[in-house]
Amino acid sequence: MQRILVLLAHPAFEHSRSQSYLADAVRSLEGVKVHDLYHHYPDFMVDVMREQGLLMEHDVIVFQHPFYWYSIPALLKEWMDLVLEHGLGYGSTAVTLKGKYLMNALSAGGSRSSYQAGGLNRFTIKQLLAPFEQTANLCGMHYLEPFVVYEADSLSEKQLAQYAEQYRNSLLALQRGDTWS
Amino acid sequence: MLQAFVFLAAGVIAVPLASRLGLGAVLGYLIAGAVIGPFVLGLVKNPESIMHIAEFGVVMMLFLIGLELEPSVLWRMRGPILGLGGLQVVVTAGVLAAIGFYVLALTWQASIAIGLILSLSSTAIALQLLMERQHLKSESGQASFAVLLFQDIAVIPIIAFLPLLATATTKSKKAADHSGSLIGDLPDWQQAGITIAVILGIILGGRILLRPILRFIADSHLREIFTAAALMLVVGIALLMGMVGLSPALGAFIAGVVLANSEYRHELEATVEPFKALLLGLFFMSVGANIDFNLLFKEPKLITSLVVGLVAVKFILLFLLAKIYRISHSERYWFAFCLAQGGEFGFVLLNLALQSRVLGSHWVDLLTVTIALSMLSTPLLVMFNERLLQPRLKLPEHLEIGEDAKLVELQDTPVIIAGFGRFGQIVGRLLVANNIPVTVLDNNTAHIERVRAFGFKVFYGDASRADLLEVAGAATAQVLVIAIDEREKVKDIIRIVKKNYPNLKLYVRAYDMLNYQELQLLGVDHVEREMFRSSVQLGQQVLRALGMRAYQAKRKALQFVIHDEMLVDALGKIKAERGSPAFVSEARQVQEEVLELLQADRFNRHYYTDHTWERPLEDESSH
Repeated sequence: MQRILVLLAHPAFEHSRSQSYLADAVRSLEGVKVHDLYHHYPDFMVDVMREQGLLMEHDVIVFQHPFYWYSIPALLKEWMDLVLEHGLGYGSTAVTLKGKYLMNALSAGGSRSSYQAGGLNRFTIKQLLAPFEQTANLCGMHYLEPFVVYEADSLSEKQLAQYAEQYRNSLLALQRGDTWS
Repeated sequence: MLQAFVFLAAGVIAVPLASRLGLGAVLGYLIAGAVIGPFVLGLVKNPESIMHIAEFGVVMMLFLIGLELEPSVLWRMRGPILGLGGLQVVVTAGVLAAIGFYVLALTWQASIAIGLILSLSSTAIALQLLMERQHLKSESGQASFAVLLFQDIAVIPIIAFLPLLATATTKSKKAADHSGSLIGDLPDWQQAGITIAVILGIILGGRILLRPILRFIADSHLREIFTAAALMLVVGIALLMGMVGLSPALGAFIAGVVLANSEYRHELEATVEPFKALLLGLFFMSVGANIDFNLLFKEPKLITSLVVGLVAVKFILLFLLAKIYRISHSERYWFAFCLAQGGEFGFVLLNLALQSRVLGSHWVDLLTVTIALSMLSTPLLVMFNERLLQPRLKLPEHLEIGEDAKLVELQDTPVIIAGFGRFGQIVGRLLVANNIPVTVLDNNTAHIERVRAFGFKVFYGDASRADLLEVAGAATAQVLVIAIDEREKVKDIIRIVKKNYPNLKLYVRAYDMLNYQELQLLGVDHVEREMFRSSVQLGQQVLRALGMRAYQAKRKALQFVIHDEMLVDALGKIKAERGSPAFVSEARQVQEEVLELLQADRFNRHYYTDHTWERPLEDESSH
């Protein structure tokens, strides 16, 4: 069974419906660790040793976050800057992350159709996530298809529950090793 | 002396015995009283005179109820108090009066008097039974409290109203007032004027005078003097009310309400409580001793039917009212059983009715026995309800228990802060700024005066007293912040909390590193060294002054905090005695280890440092 680490990054998690639905759907799954970064590092003092240890212990890393300005919230970026240091993630001794999987699970305010050429956001989500795809690549990781919740602010409870169910199923599939790229 | 010994001995023997048998303390007292009373063993000669002393327990109870009655609490409970309480008194009095008039063929004046007198329930018995079972905060407990509160207030107009029912042509007041009233000989309008003036005097005096006086006494830091002052206050008001011919309980109640908002409320509660408990026990015993078994044997049928009728009528009406007020099914039984009896005010009011010649002495004697027996029946009925009825009711309505938990508590806050000096105040301000209500205890009057101006609810008291913690809500609060100076008292509080409230989290201020380690060993949830963070903050600013960029300075400061806490925790884990050679050598070793970490950090940039940003230049090429 693949071990999954969900790095949850949302500065105002308690006010986000969509993120709560997603997190609640997978929190109780066995073999899935949901790690709330803003809860653990309120003053951004990321414990690098600890985080690297967690990376070692898991096979699939999921960045779960809102799509702030086409990217991730600040603390997750800080986490990347500190934890994916030289020697761990990439470079000559980059062995430790090799073969692991990376996935973005994000909630976006815009609609699916807005994320395309000619749409309001002009690029697809996949295109906007290029820095993460390349990060994974540099670290020797497999980059997975992102899990995207569109129009996150205007979904009904029912739709949110459907997304949550899909998310749960995706992680269950990843656990079984059914990966796609 | 001998009498005191008899009462104490009876209580000491009967109450634990009754508790062990599952009968509860109230029933224990009542039975003990009956046994030592003139009609069984005859150890006590004149229980009525003892009852007069013991009624003081009821006065104190009302003082305590008054203290609980902050205007805001009263306001929140206004619906049930006025609606449920008002309906209970009016409907019960009406039905009982109708029975008196049509069934017992009494005059309409006597019927109304009896209806009013018997509509009241026993605050002492009902609240004591609910408290014993920790049922006071449940749905039925709250409803009972509301009804009893209304009754306690309703006593006042009833006292005024009863003499007006007097049928005798002779002026009844004269008879009523030879109990010691100094103003009995004055004309009616002057009496009324003086009475109102005394009540206003208590309210104004309480507002203006009592607080400075209590502060003056509290500043002396002599606990027994504060106790004496609290008792003096209650006794004095009772005397004053007696002089103008009003109920002492009413006076004490008003004084309690006046002081409900004061910072000395919890301290007063804690001080008066043991006296109240003792006197109330004495009161229950004198009720038991007062049961006139001779009369009972002379007219067994009449008295039995009166008692059964009274309890049945009250039970049915209470049950119906509970239904109207949508109290859940199983809770309705609690509510109705707890309040289905005559009250201690009944005795007082019966005397008043006798003196004002509204009722004849025959009926007064009969009803006195009836009320006493109905009070005796309540613990039995409550026990029946608890043991036999509730287990059957609970099953289908299991979900209600969850509902009950949501009920608004009377006055507890999630956080209690002990010590409101400079440290505690900042904690309190942060919490209040986030809409978290706090209960604050402090025994420094200067602190209290200063922060009351900012709208904090601060109570005067020594937080290392178990009873005071209890009143402050330690049983229901989530966090207790301890920020008091006296280190021994801090440890006392921790021990009390660990023993009595294992679920209450302890967040404690430490004086220094040694104190920090001591507190850690005591197993508190969080310790903060009082000087540490602010010193680091200042150090951070010095780093900036020397030219370090603000963000770097902040990160260096935070790194320092993390390392220092590691060091202090590691040192704290050393088992050897502080200062011993073994400790010194172990401490040195720990220090070296942490120093190594620091060194590693500085030169290898391995721990907590911002590797990627500060990576040596040659690595840049690989990027």
